[in-house]
Amino acid sequence: MTRVLSALAIGLIFGSGISLSGMVNPAKVLNFFDFAGTWDPSLAFVMGGALIVTAIGYAFILKRGAPVFDRLFHLPTRRDIDTPLVAGSAAFGIGWGIAGFCPGGAVPALGLGHTQAWLFVGCMIVGIALARLASRSRTARAATGAAKISSSVHTANVVAGR
Amino acid sequence: MTEFTPFVSLLGGSLIGLSAVLLMAFHGRIAGMTGILTGLVPPFFSDWGWRAAFVAGAIGAPALIVSVTDYTVPFESTTPAPWLIFGGLIVGAGAYFGSGCTSGHGVCGTARLSPRSIVATFTFMVSTAATVFVVRHLIGGL
Repeated sequence: MTRVLSALAIGLIFGSGISLSGMVNPAKVLNFFDFAGTWDPSLAFVMGGALIVTAIGYAFILKRGAPVFDRLFHLPTRRDIDTPLVAGSAAFGIGWGIAGFCPGGAVPALGLGHTQAWLFVGCMIVGIALARLASRSRTARAATGAAKISSSVHTANVVAGR
Repeated sequence: MTEFTPFVSLLGGSLIGLSAVLLMAFHGRIAGMTGILTGLVPPFFSDWGWRAAFVAGAIGAPALIVSVTDYTVPFESTTPAPWLIFGGLIVGAGAYFGSGCTSGHGVCGTARLSPRSIVATFTFMVSTAATVFVVRHLIGGL
């Protein structure tokens, strides 16, 4: 229960940050990328603030043995640059550029109640589900005992035995 | 046009960073929305509880801000519905195959100097900027 309440509180901080920063607003996100038009550099300050706080905070926390509610830190360990990483990221960018929503911006936008956010997030979840199915069937075809899924997120969970 | 908001954006960004630090400190997890959501897409991961709570908090925050304070959270989306559907599908699939999105790669991974995250972040920033250029300046809008 404490675990769940803690995650809820941390989610509230994340959602507040997304809301105040302007990441929740597709028009502002698209203007950040529109160097040739109505450029709004605000999001550079969002990324800057987030990166500085995270880099400093991680440096202190990762020196400790374990997080409060778990036995270990679930950190992706892969360092190779492969095709799914680059092609997936490129495709994600095309969608971000079309809609102005990234996952972290779109999910809090649900709380503002706009239908565009609900439509986008619904389709995004379908996209995740289809991609998961596709990579599962590919893995099944590979038919080796050691299933290796090309997602560090997923791998971290497998490593953690979840 | 949107107003240039350096101070409130820096504050918002710092809160995003604070949430990433706290999620690592308490739960040992990367605060990446794609990775967290993936565990909530059937078949659910066994640790779906903290994931659902984080997402509920993220959705609840703007609702709380709007209902408790006088602050209005600016929001404007002019993308037509068919393009939102297409965008949503490729954002979900692309971020899944790419192992993360702006929060996971752009903030958490880049902050710990992960080479995969730095490459992913550079790739999607360039691809997003190119898409916006094509949509706004070559096609003239969707």
